[in-house]
Amino acid sequence: MRGDNIAGHSVVIDVLQDLLAANNQVAVHNREHFDEHGVLVINLMSSPGAGKTALLEATIVALRDRYRIAVIEGDLETDNDAARIRAHGVPAIQITTGTACHLDAHLVHRALHDLSLTGLDLLFIENVGNLVCPASFDLGQHRNVTLLSVTEGDDKPAKYPVIFRASDLVVLSKADLLDVLEDFDPARAAAALRALGRDTPMIHTAARRMPAIGPWLDWLEQEMAAWRPVARSPRSMMASVGA
Amino acid sequence: MRTHRPHRLYVGAHTRTRPRLTIHSVHELSVCQALLAQVAEIAAGRGAIVVERITIELGPLCGVEPALLASAFAIVRAGGCAAEAALVIESTTVTIGCMACGAQSQTEPNRLICAVCGGFRTRVVAGDEMRLRRVELRMPESRSPVA
Repeated sequence: MRGDNIAGHSVVIDVLQDLLAANNQVAVHNREHFDEHGVLVINLMSSPGAGKTALLEATIVALRDRYRIAVIEGDLETDNDAARIRAHGVPAIQITTGTACHLDAHLVHRALHDLSLTGLDLLFIENVGNLVCPASFDLGQHRNVTLLSVTEGDDKPAKYPVIFRASDLVVLSKADLLDVLEDFDPARAAAALRALGRDTPMIHTAARRMPAIGPWLDWLEQEMAAWRPVARSPRSMMASVGA
Repeated sequence: MRTHRPHRLYVGAHTRTRPRLTIHSVHELSVCQALLAQVAEIAAGRGAIVVERITIELGPLCGVEPALLASAFAIVRAGGCAAEAALVIESTTVTIGCMACGAQSQTEPNRLICAVCGGFRTRVVAGDEMRLRRVELRMPESRSPVA
């Protein structure tokens, strides 16, 4: 008789559970924590070098007098990006993921132990530069923003549908270079984005030299206004009392 | 129209699967660790001896590459209760439903526009699954069979 080395009988258990159920549970917990403090949390994603940190620096300079901002930085190595943010007088927590190519809800949860959310209006989570892996992991954020720099291909939304489809906003960064880059056609990028079946807005920014980030700031203010009443609804208040 | 065919990828108990990429640089490793943690919890909860087979569902829009997950599985399963387990990956196709005309169509992951009316507001009906479907456990002989 075969299989004698392992005695017993087999049973089949139907499960039907998300593979990332544990991550998603912590993400829900993070989101409750953010909601209790009335802070809007934005997960910023892109490929490496698309200008996430530069956009954050320009955003902080533009908004720091009106809003209290903090940043969680995700990188494989170094705390260079967090140092750039801190130089603008804003708290920044660096998560170095070592070999992991993305942030997950557990890493963000751990970072929250080092960051006071009290009084904060906006928290940016700058994800690890990568258009594949971060898309699968809910961190507890309220909005996903993906940068597509015009030095990349305008077909990126077609190549990375998972991350672009999950985005609430797509930012065409380094748009001041469009004049000298003949390959990138914003209309083609917009068409590839629309083909993903969502009405995702796409805006242009330039964060270096002469910063032109008006549409991005408008979007942030609009989202803060749209989101806040929800966070302060009676249901949220009860949830925070019960916590 | 060309569509993704559902298919099954099978990593047998003795399959030699070599990682094609540096395994630590892909999120499939994290997903695989989460999968095996779930399976270990189920196996321990039932008092199983070993895990014989794990069946999961992956859609083209879930963001996980089946072949890379299989590579990760061959490494991560070592030493645990699923060390000899087979992994069956059931792949699904992308199906979208149009918010405008209500039609459902099968399509490509980067072409999520309604095939009937061309509407670009659609919802994904199937194709973004990343689910543990079932586990098959070997139970001690003394326990009565469970249906």
